[in-house]
Amino acid sequence: MRDCYIHSAVSISAQNTFSTEDFLLDVIVHNAKKIQAVYPNYKDFISPIAARRMQTGVKMGVVAANKALQVAKLNEPDAIITGTGMGCIADTEKFLNSIIDNNETYLTPTSFIQSTHNTIGAQIALGLKCNNYNNTYTHGSLSFESALIDAQLLLQQQEAKHVLVGGIDELGVEFVDYVQMIEANESKGICVPFSEGAAFTVLSSEKKENAIKLQDIITISEASKEELILKLEDFLTLNNMDTKAIDAIILGNNGDVYDIYYEHIVTSLFSNVARIEYKHLSGEFYTASAFAFWLGTNVLQKQYIPKEVLKNSIQNKSIKTLLLYNQFKGKDHSFILLKI
Amino acid sequence: MQNEQINKNDTPRVVVTGMGIISAIGNSVEANKKALLASKSSIGSISKINTIHTEQIKVGEVVLSNDELISQLQLPDNNNFTRTALLGVFAAKEALKNADITDVNCYKTGIISSTTVGGMDKTEEHLKQFDTSSESQKYISSHHAGDSTKKIAKHLKINEFSTTMSTACSSATNAIMLGARLIKAGKLERVIVGGTDALSKFTINGFKTLMILSEDVCQPFDEYRKGLNLGEGAAYLVLESEKIAKKEGKSIMAYISGYANANDAFHQTASSENGQGAYLAMQKALDLAQLDPKDIDYINAHGTATPNNDLSESVAIKRVFGNDIPDFSSTKGYTGHTLAASGAVEAVYSVLALQEQTVFPNLNFKSKINETGLIPNTEIKKKTINHVLSNSFGFGGNCSALILSKE
Repeated sequence: MRDCYIHSAVSISAQNTFSTEDFLLDVIVHNAKKIQAVYPNYKDFISPIAARRMQTGVKMGVVAANKALQVAKLNEPDAIITGTGMGCIADTEKFLNSIIDNNETYLTPTSFIQSTHNTIGAQIALGLKCNNYNNTYTHGSLSFESALIDAQLLLQQQEAKHVLVGGIDELGVEFVDYVQMIEANESKGICVPFSEGAAFTVLSSEKKENAIKLQDIITISEASKEELILKLEDFLTLNNMDTKAIDAIILGNNGDVYDIYYEHIVTSLFSNVARIEYKHLSGEFYTASAFAFWLGTNVLQKQYIPKEVLKNSIQNKSIKTLLLYNQFKGKDHSFILLKI
Repeated sequence: MQNEQINKNDTPRVVVTGMGIISAIGNSVEANKKALLASKSSIGSISKINTIHTEQIKVGEVVLSNDELISQLQLPDNNNFTRTALLGVFAAKEALKNADITDVNCYKTGIISSTTVGGMDKTEEHLKQFDTSSESQKYISSHHAGDSTKKIAKHLKINEFSTTMSTACSSATNAIMLGARLIKAGKLERVIVGGTDALSKFTINGFKTLMILSEDVCQPFDEYRKGLNLGEGAAYLVLESEKIAKKEGKSIMAYISGYANANDAFHQTASSENGQGAYLAMQKALDLAQLDPKDIDYINAHGTATPNNDLSESVAIKRVFGNDIPDFSSTKGYTGHTLAASGAVEAVYSVLALQEQTVFPNLNFKSKINETGLIPNTEIKKKTINHVLSNSFGFGGNCSALILSKE
């Protein structure tokens, strides 16, 4: 079984994460309920004619994917795998509203064509003229994780050597308001802003100097807090480690009532470990955990936890192993182990 | 790539031990089989969606209404099941029953489903009432494509691995492929794989703007084909490692012997002239199965009956099989194009072809396509069938192929 090395990690997010080498030095404090990503200069990557037809998610995805390939010095990946929770929601809303507004008449196909969930993966393949394996996952907050699992499987089983994997979601203009309306009616709904982003990585079975390793990943659809502890312990054992091996934990807290899952894990197993949170910076969306993947890779590479994400005062001298934990509404749990 | 895989002999073989399906031609595997053997199509006028295009399209609708499905599944009145989820749960339940599985947790079991539109059937009905009507608001959370899978998983009590794919019309084939790969890698012992899609105004109007919907019953592989008929449905297969199936004394319906996924990388919606993506998918599936083209006894083609697909697929089939084209047919003339579900619907039909040793006819074919001259099988044909190839191609250039074998 082959290991999975991270040859690049790129993020377009609500922070300055794309066009700078700085690692969350000047964070943007967001007070709005909905925040757009800090968009890159698309012209550097896509022709203006092509960009004009693309919605935000496709543009962010294509650009983040291209940069991830550049950093990894890879021309053609053996596989392109994307994860997106809401898919191309902006074009979906656009086509849906034209159907409703015009009573099914005077419709044009462009927004329909680009509304399918696999549009981003397809556009990346089209741009690269890449005939290889191409897949798209859309499973709520496990969309990016599902893509990672597929990539890990391709590498471990030697079906591929270099895999491009990404998580993408765009805000859109309408649906997100309904979702936020529901959240606002909850007694303790999601408190961080809703946002968007695209994070891509090149995973490879080739070991590179100083490359971070994706040690393992597991997803669990439903479990009680107690069951989850057992499953996490089993997962660590499977990877020949125990809780003491974890130097820092990256949590997906978003302020809602289900944050108790994170608290339970921390108080039960990781009370003396550096605690990192990020959704106040990235915002919440189904593939926000792809931002955490970028964050974790950088923490390991740079051996440094930016103060804006460190939630306790524990700073280890060296950070060798990171555990990422995310869940959504008490379901769809994921654990990811990153290692130097 | 795949033939580099080492220790091939150590990897477990993946078998099909159960199937479930609901489509225009029937609400069970048995009913679908009966209709296929009787060459009976169920393409007709649309009755369950209020669209202005009623006179200009023909569709393959599932007979059961939402209320009937809800009552058969014994769901509470205040449920927020979309039609996509209802069809999915209905078919997945049959698959488990068919595989004789009563306790899903006695083996490491996962579910991999797929859909293109997810909860769109309810979204388009309620979108403009989302901010005012509490009755509508329950469908906000059921819009996203993962929702139907979560409902199926909950219904079947599968708590561990579950995911959803969406690669347009090749989705379910990719779900089957991932399931087989996870079993081969030893990550799962058993997995329910397939897809579900309900008809919606969204897809009807989408395909209408692309001008690829036929006003009449579709004619796959015919020179004068005028486009596709949309359909709806859901289908699931139970995959297990051969070892467990044998240990449990299960009857093995088929082996998953080959599969592949490639991208045409040509155009967002159109297939290339030389069918490169389709060619690669078929060729790589044969390579993985260690089979020669001559070993394939029947191709269940994608055959949507659009001018573009059928020509491109025919060219790709000729590139793989040369002058020795196996019996082939598209079964879209029975069910319509069930989009994300089609790969699973047709995998079920491919297993039935193996079980019945029968090639199902391609309905409504009259004249061969001039450029390629391929003639699909148009009659029920009994013959020895050891290996069936099933094709699924989608928007975004996503092309997948699956090979199901008797032994």
